[in-house]
Amino acid sequence: MSLLSVDNLSVTFSTNDGPVRAVNGLSFALDPGEALAVVGESGSGKSQTAFAIMGLLAKNGRAEGSVRFEEQEILGLPERKMNKIRAEQIAMIFQDPMSSLNPYMRIGDQMTEVLTLHQGIGKKEARTEAARMLDAVKMPDAAARLSMYPHEFSGGMRQRIMIAMALLCRPKLLIADEPTTALDVTVQAQIMDLLAEIREEFDTALILITHDLGIVAEACERTIVLYGGRIMERGPTGALFEAPSHPYTLGLLQAVPRIDIDQEDLAAIPGEPPDMSRLPAGCPFAPRCPLKEPRCETVMPDLLPHDRLLRACHAEPGAVAA
Amino acid sequence: MTAYILRRLAVAIPTLLLLIVFSFVLMEAAPGSPFDTERGVPPQVLANLEAKYGLDRPMIERMGTYIWNVVTRFDFGPSFTYTNRTVNDLIEQGFPITLTYGFWSFVVAVLVGGTLGIAAAVYHNSWLDYLAVGVSIGAQVLPNFVMAPILVLIFTLWLGWLPGGGWRGGQVEYLILPVIALSTSYMASIARLTRSSMLEVLNAGFIRTARAKGLPMRRVIFRHALKPALLPVISYLGPAFVGMITGSVVIDIFFSTGGIGQFFVSAALARDYSVIMGITILVGALTIFFNLVVDVLYAWIDPKIRY
Amino acid sequence: MFAQKTMAQTADMAGLPAGEKGRSLWQDARRRFVRNKAAMASLPILLLIVLFASFGQFLTPWSNEEVDWSLLGNVYTEGGPSWENRHYFGVDETGRDLYARVVQGSRISLMIGLIGALVAVVVGTTYGAIAGYIGGRTDQLMMRLVDVLMSIPYMFVLILLLVVFGRSMFMLFVGIGLISWLDMARIVRGQTLSLKNTEFVEAAVATGVSTPVIIFRHIVPNLLGVVIVYATLLVPSMIIFESFISFLGLGVQEPLTSWGALINQGADHMRYVGWMLGFPLLFFTVTLFALFFIGDGLRDALDPKDR
Repeated sequence: MSLLSVDNLSVTFSTNDGPVRAVNGLSFALDPGEALAVVGESGSGKSQTAFAIMGLLAKNGRAEGSVRFEEQEILGLPERKMNKIRAEQIAMIFQDPMSSLNPYMRIGDQMTEVLTLHQGIGKKEARTEAARMLDAVKMPDAAARLSMYPHEFSGGMRQRIMIAMALLCRPKLLIADEPTTALDVTVQAQIMDLLAEIREEFDTALILITHDLGIVAEACERTIVLYGGRIMERGPTGALFEAPSHPYTLGLLQAVPRIDIDQEDLAAIPGEPPDMSRLPAGCPFAPRCPLKEPRCETVMPDLLPHDRLLRACHAEPGAVAA
Repeated sequence: MTAYILRRLAVAIPTLLLLIVFSFVLMEAAPGSPFDTERGVPPQVLANLEAKYGLDRPMIERMGTYIWNVVTRFDFGPSFTYTNRTVNDLIEQGFPITLTYGFWSFVVAVLVGGTLGIAAAVYHNSWLDYLAVGVSIGAQVLPNFVMAPILVLIFTLWLGWLPGGGWRGGQVEYLILPVIALSTSYMASIARLTRSSMLEVLNAGFIRTARAKGLPMRRVIFRHALKPALLPVISYLGPAFVGMITGSVVIDIFFSTGGIGQFFVSAALARDYSVIMGITILVGALTIFFNLVVDVLYAWIDPKIRY
Repeated sequence: MFAQKTMAQTADMAGLPAGEKGRSLWQDARRRFVRNKAAMASLPILLLIVLFASFGQFLTPWSNEEVDWSLLGNVYTEGGPSWENRHYFGVDETGRDLYARVVQGSRISLMIGLIGALVAVVVGTTYGAIAGYIGGRTDQLMMRLVDVLMSIPYMFVLILLLVVFGRSMFMLFVGIGLISWLDMARIVRGQTLSLKNTEFVEAAVATGVSTPVIIFRHIVPNLLGVVIVYATLLVPSMIIFESFISFLGLGVQEPLTSWGALINQGADHMRYVGWMLGFPLLFFTVTLFALFFIGDGLRDALDPKDR
């Protein structure tokens, strides 16, 4: 039984310039304890996918399709029931730890309110639990930190607080939306290590949303590559990195600086991320694709198996080569 | 916190002294003032002033006496036009009245404006939101001196529901129109301010976090959003207070409520300098004190301010 | 490239056409302004009012000083608006043509609004830019002075000034000029502080450009947007300010008049006839509405982060 299964999920925003489809027919499944990476440039729809799962889309956004958590449909669930799920089953941490914590509340109060509200735990006990969790994310002197305000912490420390807060109710799934983007490089590694340890310790499944392929390789078993709201390619992370079969994945990989191989030059993908309000009828990557064929502009290729991967591309897999 | 308050007082007190000195010098320099050589004041007043300040003494000494009296005993001296009443008599008579309807206006402006603004932001783009925006735009062009005649026209002359003036010891029906006239434009500003700051806060990252934690919307709004959303409103309370106390002059004139505004304007027209000065200083002291309270409140709410 | 965004912004950005970034700030602002219906509708209305104030007197045979003796005793019964005797808006209590009086009042009120805003722009911008650019102790001292001036109830002080130095247009302008620049100075200082750290200013400093040149050639032109917005919003507040004083009878003196003075006179007679209050009130509110809408439109257009 899969923990989370997303079926044909679409997210549409109504804007002044008409409807904009941010996510288009997305399907994937996640097993308990598994880690999945969702990779793409900004505007690929990766964050909106997460928000749709959490039921946290902006007011002008609408999600269609199906999202099932432990066989229960959670898309369009009434707010009260969804709150129960958010508090106890699926937790989420965000890109910017600076703005994700309430600057006007002590972090102790921010952490304990989840426990007192949803698990009926007393205030004192909740504080002990919060301190224990801060300790688990390697916050020095945890108990004393509870009465401090967010502005008294560094960015990395705040992200630790966010992670501790997310784990308080022992969720089965943690969605991390660009958890390291706003942090210094050295701190990034610490946070990724922490996430890996936590996953081990609490047996939590993870959806890691990122544009940074560098952190994906170690952290996730499987990877989905999104572009223009559609899946371009997916499969085991190792296979995808070794032998990408989609020109976009290849482009992303070539744009990552690596020290283990000789790189002539760091290739950027030409062109700009897609304009979501005017996507081509066919493959969204077509305008930037080096292997573009005439039919790419009009027909979206199906997601078909090749080797251990699934790929959505008209070009022959052999044509995609490093 | 105490240090912060003391530091603020260190600015507030010189400000007030400056205001007193400035007013006194102006009065001395004014044509037709009793300290002027060509005197046009009643002899009884002159006698009062002579007894109080000694008119032949140098200005600095008179000013010293004046400030001393004001600071130590809140004694603003004799009136220039009323021969047998002091400025304090007038203030004691008018100030409680001004304070009564001023207090209620302030309460109405803050409570109604704040609630309207919060509701409008929470139900963004609903009829309630449009109503709040409409009211606050409309009220911008309805300052107290426009509201007052319009209210009297509708509720007194057409509908006959409420008296168009008078005080009668502050009975409710005499209070309603002055309070509405005085509070409307501030209520509207507070509603606008609350709405826009609440909207901004509701878009903030930490609100998303709170919702992702599974908190019910009610708790998100009252525990997480309210405090930061009210900060800009709190810093507006100072100017709102100044505006209302200024507006009380119009209320007193238009509704004949008998507050200090009435004495102020008649003193201004009759050149009763000591009354003008006394009221100006009183109002200045109130304002400075109120601003201090607002600042302390702000510092107390915002943990990022180090004092 | 991977900009950080909130969810609302992401949805917002996704909706923007790709060519957006290429347009200049001013073109962009104009496009946003033109889209604002309330502001666009207000432009011709404001133009009409300005034309009315400038040339309105040529459309009537009556001057603003002439008393229509045939109506003097029976203003309430015969003095209403009439096409036959060419009193389009009726006459006032002393039989003077109200249309001509409103033209005259509009002219004075608009002029006061403009001059107040102009003083604010010149003094406030200079003061704020200097304080913000020089920074440090100078900045603290300069802004503390603004704080002090803002914390005194200026209306009372202004009335004190008007009483001491006699009520005149000149004193009114002085008084309004004295207070109008305070807000502007604060806003400009805030903007300057953030401009100071931009690359082009740092580049100018590095290449040895002198401080006054940096302030007036590099900083001030970049403040233009903000200054225009707040100057536009200052015009109506200055008009309200003057009308307030004139409503109390302490502002412009007969035979001059302004909207506030006319509203005051109209309110005195509203128990009997409506036109004396109605016409000045109409012009007052319509103008304020138009100015506020244009100001808001400009703010949305030039200062989009403030939306």
